[in-house]
Parts: sequence; C-alpha cells; structure tokens
Amino acid sequence: MARELIKGNDALVKGAILAGCRSYFGYPITPASEIAEAAARFMPLVGGTFIQAESEVAAINMVYGAASAGQRTMTASSSPGFSLKQEGISYCAGSELPCVIANIVRGGPGLGNIAPEQGDYFQTVKGGGHGNYRVIVFAPNSAQEMCDFSMLAFDLADKYRNPVLIMSDGFTGQMMEPVDFPEPKPVPERDESWAVCGDADTRPNLISSIYLEPEELEAHIKKLKAKYDEMQRTEVRYEEYEADDAEIMLIGFGIVSRVLRSVVDRAREKGLKVGLLRPITLWPFPSKRIAQRAKQVETFLVVELSTGQMVEDVQLAVMNEAPVRLYWRAGGVVPTAEEILGEIEKMIEG
Amino acid sequence: MAKKILKKPDALYDVFERKPGVDKTMTHYCPGCGHGILHKLIAEAIDDLGVADRTIFVSPVGCSVFAYYYFDVGNVQVAHGRAPAVATGLKRASPNSIVISYQGDGDLAAIGGNNILQAANRGELFTVFFINNGIYGMTGGQMAPTTLIGQKTTTTPYGRTIRNEGYPIRVCELLATLESPVYIERTAMTDAKNIARTRRAVRKALRCQVDRKGFSLVEVLSSCPSGWKVEPREALKWIEEKMMPYFPLGVYKDVIEEREPVELVERTYTSADIMKGLALADGEAAARAPRHEDVGEMAMKIAGFGGQGILFLGLALAETGMDEGLHVTWLPSYGPEMRGGTANCHVILSGRRVGAPLVSIPNVLIALNRPSLEKFEPALSEGGLILYDSSLIDISPSRKDIIPLPVPATKLADELGSTRAANMVAMGALIGYTDVVSVDGAIAALPRLVKRDELISLNEAAIRKGVEQGRQLRAKQKVAVGTGKGAR
Ligand SMILES: Cc1ncc(C[n+]2csc(CCOP(=O)(O)OP(=O)(O)O)c2C)c(N)n1
Ligand code: SF4
Repeated sequence: MARELIKGNDALVKGAILAGCRSYFGYPITPASEIAEAAARFMPLVGGTFIQAESEVAAINMVYGAASAGQRTMTASSSPGFSLKQEGISYCAGSELPCVIANIVRGGPGLGNIAPEQGDYFQTVKGGGHGNYRVIVFAPNSAQEMCDFSMLAFDLADKYRNPVLIMSDGFTGQMMEPVDFPEPKPVPERDESWAVCGDADTRPNLISSIYLEPEELEAHIKKLKAKYDEMQRTEVRYEEYEADDAEIMLIGFGIVSRVLRSVVDRAREKGLKVGLLRPITLWPFPSKRIAQRAKQVETFLVVELSTGQMVEDVQLAVMNEAPVRLYWRAGGVVPTAEEILGEIEKMIEG
Repeated sequence: MAKKILKKPDALYDVFERKPGVDKTMTHYCPGCGHGILHKLIAEAIDDLGVADRTIFVSPVGCSVFAYYYFDVGNVQVAHGRAPAVATGLKRASPNSIVISYQGDGDLAAIGGNNILQAANRGELFTVFFINNGIYGMTGGQMAPTTLIGQKTTTTPYGRTIRNEGYPIRVCELLATLESPVYIERTAMTDAKNIARTRRAVRKALRCQVDRKGFSLVEVLSSCPSGWKVEPREALKWIEEKMMPYFPLGVYKDVIEEREPVELVERTYTSADIMKGLALADGEAAARAPRHEDVGEMAMKIAGFGGQGILFLGLALAETGMDEGLHVTWLPSYGPEMRGGTANCHVILSGRRVGAPLVSIPNVLIALNRPSLEKFEPALSEGGLILYDSSLIDISPSRKDIIPLPVPATKLADELGSTRAANMVAMGALIGYTDVVSVDGAIAALPRLVKRDELISLNEAAIRKGVEQGRQLRAKQKVAVGTGKGAR
C-alpha cells in the first residue's frame, strides 16, 4: 500500500491501472483533461496504450475495439464530450462489452462553462444513448473514492459484461486528498472466452449488437434486462450519516454530499435532527432505502447542482410518504454549508 | 436473388449459420453486387497468408454489415463510420492480430471521414478495404460522397450538382498526401484483368500488415445494380465509362520497401514495475503514519498574487499534514475567484473526515497581498487567525475579534536571497505559531515537492525563519492556540 496526496482525476487513472486497465482513449476537455494527461504519462510506463483520439466519438469506439479484444480499457470526458460518447456506450451495452467511462460533469447546456455541475444526471443515469440498456453509475465524493470506484468499476464491468460509468465533478476531480493505493491487482481470472483476440481459440467469436429478427432482439433484450435486474438487486450502494433519528433527511451525491456532511454537523450542533443519505450508485438507485427512511423522516431535502434531476428518483422512491423538497444551484455555483443550513432553518420555521 | 460463391476459401464459412432464414449457402447480397466478389478475394488472401486464426474482421454499417455471416475469422460489428476507430482499439489491444476494416463509401468517406483520415495519419497497423459504389446501398440508394456529378439518387433526384453537393471525394488521392500510410491503391472489379489486379492489391495490402509495415488501404470500384437501378451488366459498363475517368485506377502510394517493420514489444510488467511506473513506490512511509484523533479542524484560505507560490504553500501544508496522519484536502481556486491575477486555495487539516473541501468560513487566513486581506477578512470565523505579509501589506486587519499575525515574509525571504521563498516563511510562521504540523515534518516533505536541491535548502531555511517568527508572536501574545481546536 502507498499513500499519496493526489488529485481525484489522477487517482482515477492510477486506480484504473492498478485494476489492470491497459488502454486509455480520450479527447481533451476541461475539467477532465488531467485524466487524459495522467493516462498519457503512466500508460507507457506499464506497457499500456494511450491515444489522444480525434474526437470523443472516436475515443469510445477505440474503447469498443480494445474491449472487444478482451482488454481492460477506459475513456473519460466532460459533459459535451460525454454527449458525443452516448452512441458508443449504447453499442458497448448492446454488444456486452466491459469498459469504464468517466464523466467529470461541467456546466451546461451547450458550451456552458467549466465549473462543477450535476446537470448530466439524466444523460448519465438514464441511459443517454439509444435503446434498452442500463449502466451502473458511481458518484465518488473524494480522491480515495475516485481510485476505489475506478477499480471496482472494472470488476463490475467484467462481472456483468457491461459499461460502468463514473459521474464526478470538477471539484472532486481537482481536489487533492491523501489516497491509499493498494498493490496492483494480479489481473483477475477474467472470463475472456467471449472476446475476439486474434487467436485460434477466439476465432469463432462475434461481437455484435445486431439482432435483425424482432424475436431475437427481444430475447437479447431480455437477457440484458436480467443482468440489469441482478444489478438492481446486488449493486445498490449508499452511505448514511446521522440518519437513524433524522427528522430532516438530506439527499445529495458527489461533491454535494461533502457539503451536506458539514451541514449535518452544524445542524446537530444547533440541536436540529438532520441526517444525510448519500447515493453512491446513482444507478441502481437506493430507492428501497429511501422508501424505508420515508416512514421515519418528516421531510427530505434534496440538494443538487442542477435544476433538479435526481429529485425525480427520490420522489419516485418516497411515493408521497413524506414531502420532498429541492434546493438547487447550477451553472457552477456550489452552495456553502451555511447557505443550506439557512434553507433548513427556513423550512423549519415553515 | 442472391449470388452463390463457388469453391469457398477456408476463411469463408461453408455454411452461413449466422444468416437468418433457410438458405445458409447464398449471401444476402444482390445479384451483380461487388461485395461478394471482394469478400472472396479477401478470404483467399487470408488463406494464402495463413493468418485466418489471427484475423479480426470489422464489419461496418452498410450492406456489408453482415460480413460476419461469411468470414470464418474473429468478427466485430461496429457503429456507422467508426470501423477505423474500433480497428485502432483492437489492434492496439491485440498487436499480434491481423485487423481488417471493411467499409463502404458512406461509412468511410461521409460519417467516418475523420476517423479514416486520423487512423491513416497515425499509421495504424491495419488494413482497410474500401468499397466505392458511389451510393448508399443499404438504406436504399441515397447520395454518397463518391456519387458522380449528375448522378441521380433518391436524395439527388435531379442529379448531383456541384453547387449543392460539391464534387465527389477521391479518397485514395486524399489519403496519399499523408506521410504515414505505406500502401494505397485503387482497383475495380469490372473484368477478369481488373479482378486479378484487385486480388493482387488485396494480398499486398494484407501482407503489408503481416510484415508490420504500416497502414494500407485498397479502394475498390464496385457495382451496386440495385442502388443504381440498372442490370448487373450495365452496372459494370457504368463503372468503366463513368466512374473510372473520375476515379482513375492505380497505385497512389507504395513505400512498403522503404519502411522498416514496426517493432512488436512484448514485455511483462511485475507489480513492482507498475508501482514504480505509477510513482507509488515510495509512498510506504506515509501509509504507515497513524491517524490523529481529536485535534480539531484548521480550515484555511491561502491567497495572494499569481506567482507568489500560493498553491504550493497549501500543498506543502497538506502534504505534511498527510504525513503526520491528519485528514487533509487541498482545493485550488476554481471559477470566478480565479480572475484578475489572484491565486488562492482552500486547505483543510483535520482530526476527522473532512466534509466540504470548499472553505466558506475559514478559521485561518494567510494573505500575501493586500487585496486578499481585504477580500477574505470578513469571512473569517470569530477568533480566527490572519497571518499576513506585513512587508507587502501596508494595512492591518480591521476586525477586533480575530488574531492578527503580521509576518514580514517577503523581507525575510529577501534576506535569505530569494523573494520567492516568502510563501515558506509564511508557512513556517503558521507552524511556529500553531504547531498544526511539526517543523521536522514540513522539512521532511520538501524533497517530494521540490525537485532542485538548492531550492530544498532555501525553502528549509525559509521555513525555519518563519517558525522563529511564529514562536515570537506566540510568546508575545501569551496564548496557546493549539491547532485551532473546535474552530471551523
Ligand atoms: C449513425 C447512423 N446513421 C445512419 C445510419 C443508417 N445507414 C445505414 S447504412 C448507411 C449507408 C451505408 O452506405 P455505404 O457506406 O456506402 O455502404 P453500402 O450500403 O453502399 O455498402 C446509412 C446511412 C446508421 N446505421 N447509423
Ligand atoms: S444494395 Fe447494392 S451494395 Fe447493397 S447488396 Fe445490393 S447491390 Fe450490393
């Protein structure tokens, strides 16, 4: 093990390499460029490939190729570039190719700005590309988690033969924190019998997402759906803080959850029963846990760096058991703990 | 309807099991279509070179989307236009394989135009077979980038015009201007002579890959009777009379002999190699430091001009804090705060897990210029510290509920021989006053942060100078502040 003070974006790349990722294909964009730069620096030193692709479209298709050949591979971008990857992600899901894609979300729509936002929740969590597919989405909130989830993402991508996404933001990517890096994993016993590796064993294999006959495609979709159902049963991850006696339950992910943790501390100092439920996987979403908490809490307060996207999933989970309020900032404005505390106090006063 | 391929090469399946329907021996191509002939020529070349086991065939979107029904090799079907990008990923991940990107003119020259250009320019070690039939066959006969002037298609019902659609694109000529490709040829499949020429070109292009010489592409003028709405025989005449004059056959580039084969490096990397590659080999010591408990939280804003080493100051504190087992975060200024040549960062050193890394209410402000002092003083928490460079800032903090720590950092740094060490004087003063981290720890962290030896010793001297200042201030005020315990 080794501890290093490191930026989240760099930790993501080191984690990926420790997990056995040996190719990175990307196109520069702020605030995700450090990921490409770190990959460019480290991949050649571990026998891996780095290519600055001609576009995000090309990058995700290079990932499609490397994944087809059975290699652990990844790409990363930020919002506008992530939009361009969507077709490719849909193909990866359709062809059942394991790969990891990070979206370091910035302000939008359009060119927006380079400040942290969460306005890509819909396009990251709800598919984004065409067709019936789902992807596990991790929302790390520290440099350590950028490493840990990057490593875990590769394992889950292999386990399900499906892309796994990491949705982060400029703060989590730019912030430096100590990270404990494990030893490199001996590239695990992967089942690569499906891949196309350019050898006699895999010569009969085909990587494809076409199923021309409706019944065949439906059967394929059923098979995919069974995987997604399994993910929903087993891959939900969340974290709670001071939640057991909470009357007001804050819900936020990524960098927001860090601010909310401070809010909880301050509210508790004032004697307010405030707790935090932080979704770690945005899909599958911790709906069940939220539904359980809905029986106990008086109000949910969802805080998002968007005009309210995750809040829809919270509402679906809560099913009118308790009021769900939303406090949002966007465009790169990150609310301070004081600001949110003020909001809570206003709520209490009614 | 479909055309039967007689005497199949090994690289083509005898029975097309993947093809839906009852007929598993005929291809899905229309009578007179060029795709089937080219498939056969490619399969023969694969046989001749003995590389069927190593071959990965990339099927595009277009009429050849189902090429994997036929080729008895590894098959990958891909998105429209992206075959060169996918082939890049395949070849890089599996450098021993023989990768074939097979593409139509819509796929290669329209939607995938940049992908082919860039793959060729990178000199990717794969082979492209480019079927130019001047039309979109699969979608029912729309215009392609290679559709001829005056040619009628479903989307140029009055004929392609220069004004509206521009000229047909000559792919070989275009790609031959690039340095990287080693072999580019255009052939046709109109008669026995031209088919023989195509056969040779296909073989040469694949051999070029087997020999690891570089990027190769063969463009084949090919008929699409269905799309052109003519009989197969007329289609061949159309190629000869209409297409060949605009798309002359011939070798556009051949530097195979001059190029050295690209070396194939195969090396295994041990865990130790990887840790070294990731620069993680010497993080061991830090990993063993125990976590501190219960020392409160120091939430700092550090600000000054760009060039004063503000970010470095924060980094050095965070690095030392980490070494000593504290929870730390370091966040550079981001967004609107960055404007106007000022630099600032947020640093938190804490005994427990840090919440928001963004410091909205600091309990320590380090201000190395006057605008920073003026701007951030109001946000400081009650009882907080303001450490400021009293040799540069000609005012004092105005609040009475804070502790001012004037340190002539720049002046002291100048005395040590470099103004640029003022940041380390300031850091030393903070340490001397608060003992938030140890002096030894701060000095021990320097070699990891600064590369040049003389800078290490300068910074060390600056830290020690600062520590003296901090201690004097503390003695003068006769208050032990600890590590900002309880404050936030
Ligand atoms: C992104 C996308 N856009 C459009 C299509 C529809 N499409 C399928 S094949 C094709 C044209 C193929 O023409 P060409 O590459 O010339 O091949 P041919 O069919 O003539 O062999 C188009 C536009 C698609 N599948 N995907
Ligand atoms: S439409 Fe044209 S290209 Fe497609 S199979 Fe028929 S003849 Fe061949």
